[in-house]
Amino acid sequence: MAGRTLYDKLWDSHLVKQNSDGSSLIYIDRHVIHEVTSPQAFEGLRLADRMPWRLDTNIATPDHNISTDKAERDAGVAGMADEVSRIQVQTLDDNCDLYGIKEFKINEMGQGIVHVMGPELGATMPGMTVVCGDSHTATHGALACLAHGIGTSEVEHVLATQCLVAKKMKNMRVTVDGTVGAGVTPKDVVLAIIGKIGTAGGNEHAIEFAGSVFRDMSIEGRMTVSNMAIEAGARVGMVAVDQKTIDYCEGRQFVPKAEMWNQAVEYWRTLTSDADAVFDTEVVLHGDDIAPQVTWGTSPEMVAPVTASVPTLDEQPNEEQRKGLERALEYMGLEGGQAIESISVDRVFIGSCTNSRIEDMRAAAAVAKGRSVASSVKQVLIVPGSQMVKAQAEQEGLDKIFIDAGMDWREPGCSMCLAMNADKLGAGEHCASTSNRNFEGRQGNGGRTHLMSPAMAAAAAVAGHIVDVRTFVGGAE
Amino acid sequence: MKAFTTHRGLVGPMDRANVDTDMIIPKQFLKSIKRSGFGPNLFDELRYMDEGQPGADCSNRPVNPDFPLNFPRFKGASILLARKNFGCGSSREHAPWALEDYGFNAVIAPSYADIFYNNCFKNGLLPVILTEEQVDILFKEMDAQEGYQLSIDLPSQTVTTDSGHVFSFELDEFRKDCLLNGLDEIGLTLQNADDIKAYEADRAKQHPWVFGAIK
Repeated sequence: MAGRTLYDKLWDSHLVKQNSDGSSLIYIDRHVIHEVTSPQAFEGLRLADRMPWRLDTNIATPDHNISTDKAERDAGVAGMADEVSRIQVQTLDDNCDLYGIKEFKINEMGQGIVHVMGPELGATMPGMTVVCGDSHTATHGALACLAHGIGTSEVEHVLATQCLVAKKMKNMRVTVDGTVGAGVTPKDVVLAIIGKIGTAGGNEHAIEFAGSVFRDMSIEGRMTVSNMAIEAGARVGMVAVDQKTIDYCEGRQFVPKAEMWNQAVEYWRTLTSDADAVFDTEVVLHGDDIAPQVTWGTSPEMVAPVTASVPTLDEQPNEEQRKGLERALEYMGLEGGQAIESISVDRVFIGSCTNSRIEDMRAAAAVAKGRSVASSVKQVLIVPGSQMVKAQAEQEGLDKIFIDAGMDWREPGCSMCLAMNADKLGAGEHCASTSNRNFEGRQGNGGRTHLMSPAMAAAAAVAGHIVDVRTFVGGAE
Repeated sequence: MKAFTTHRGLVGPMDRANVDTDMIIPKQFLKSIKRSGFGPNLFDELRYMDEGQPGADCSNRPVNPDFPLNFPRFKGASILLARKNFGCGSSREHAPWALEDYGFNAVIAPSYADIFYNNCFKNGLLPVILTEEQVDILFKEMDAQEGYQLSIDLPSQTVTTDSGHVFSFELDEFRKDCLLNGLDEIGLTLQNADDIKAYEADRAKQHPWVFGAIK
C-alpha cells in the first residue's frame, strides 16, 4: 500500500462515517468564532431549538470590525462609534455568554485576530481539525492541522453537530528547496507560489508546503504561507510537524502538560507525509530564485519581483487576459511597462492575519529604526495581531521605534486588511500592505492595494514609493 | 432550505474571470446580523456610482449605466452567466445570500472557488459548471438575443438552450439530493448522533488533550 500524505492522515483520523453517496462525516476538534460570520448561525440554532453539541471545542473573539484607535477601544463595546458594528460585537458577546462559550472579549489579554489568537494560546494543536467562518483559517495548518474556512451555514452545522459533511480534497505538494536570500521573507515565498500557480491553481486541493525553505522557516513564517493558501485557491495549507512545531506549542495556555504532553508529542511526531506518499499535483520552486514580491494588480496572482515592471498589453497571450490586464491597470492607475519601484504610496498598512505576529513587527521595526516616514505618505498603520503580540512588542520597545519614525501604533484587530472599521483607503490611494488580498475596493472603495512583506512595506513608508528592501536597507537613505 | 428542481429564466452576465466575494458583496454590508436583505447591495461597487452604506435605501442611488446587470434587457435576470473561478476570496456566505436575495436561482460558470461553491448549496442556489467553450456559446447567444432565457434541469443535470444545445453538468450526489429535496443538513447529520458520540468517546481516549482544555 502506498504511503499516506499528511492530509490523508488528518482526514483518516477524523472520519466519523463514510456515506454511500461519496460524502463523509468529519469530526471537528476546534471551532474558532468571530463576530461577522456567527450571528446568523446562532440565530439558526435558536430557530431550530438546538443547542451546541460541545462547549469546550469553541473559542471566540471579536476582530473584524473593532476599532484600532486606543481612545475608542478603551471605551469597550459600548463605546464603539459605528452602531451597526457595535450591535454585531455585542451580539457575539451575548451569544457566547448565553451558551457558555469561551470568549476573549474586546480588550481582554488573549483577544486578537482569530488566526493569530488560536495558535498563540495553544488552542490550535497539531493533528486537529480546525474550522472558522473565515477563509484564512488555513493559517492554522502551519501546525500540521487540517484547517479551513467555512460559511455561516457550516458554522451552525459545527455548533450543532461537531461535524461537517465533506468530500475529500486532492493532495498537492508545493516544494521549495534551496535557501532564500537576505530580505526575502515567507510572504515573498507564498506570493511567488501564487504567481506561479494562479489564484485558482489550488482549487479542490489541500496543499502541503515542503522543502528546505519551509523547514528553515519559523512557525510564524509558516503561518504566513499557510494563510495565503486560499489566495492560491486551496482551502487548506499545511506544513508537517518537526521540532520547531513542538517547541512552538510547548508551554502555551491550552496545550497539555506533564504526562499528557509527552503522549501528545509522541503522536504529533507522526504527522508528516510518508516518504512514499503520492500527491495528485506537484509544484516545485527554488528558494534561491525568489526575490521580494509586490502585487501590481487586483488579484494576488498579479504579482512580480520588486525589480520588475508592470506587464504590458502586448505580452498577453489571449484576448481574455488582455481584457483582464486592461481593467486591472485602469483600476490601479498604472501603465504597462512602468517600473514597480516607481509606484508611489499614500498609505502603509502593516498587520492582518498574514503578517501581524511578533516577527513581522520586528522585521518592520528593523527597517523603521532611526528612519522617518516620507512626507508624502499620509498614514502608516502598525496593527499588532493580538493583545499578546502588542504586549510583547511594547516590552521590546518596538512601539517606540514606530512612533519615533512617525507611524501609528494601534490596537489589535483586522483593521485595514478588509476595512470593516474606520481604517480604510480613500479612492485612488495606493497602499503598501502586508495583508492578503488586493481585490478592487478591498481596503476601501476605490483603494489600490500592493501586497508585500512587512520589511518591504516599512521601506515603502520611508521611501514614499515601492522600493527593494535589499538595496534600501544596505544603501543610502 | 429552499429546494431546486428545474428553473427557466432570463440570463444576466458577469463577464469577467476571478470575480471575488468582495466584489459580490462588499465588506461594509457584512456588519448585518441578518441573513436577508443583501440583494440591493449585490455587486454594490460596480452597480452604483456612489459608495454604499449598510442599512441605507438604495432606490434613489445613482446607478452605473455601464454595468450590464443595470441594462433594462437584463432586469429580472434569474440565471447569472459568469467566467472561471467565480466567488474566489473570502468565505462570506453573504455572497450567495446576496445573489439569492437579488433574484438569482442559479449561476453558470466554468469553475468556482471551493468555499463559495459549497456555500451556494446551503441556500438553494445552484452553481452549474460547464466548460469554457460551452459558457462562450451561451455568452454569444445571450449577446445576440434580447430576452435570452435558459432552462436548467437538476434531476437530469442539463442546461438547455432554445437553439437546441443540451449541456450536461456534474455535481456530487449528496449535494444534488439535498438541493432537490430542500433537506436540512443539520437534521441529517444529527441522525448519526450515535456514530458521532462513539467516535468522540474513542478520540477522548486516544487524544485526551483535544478535550476539556478550553473552559
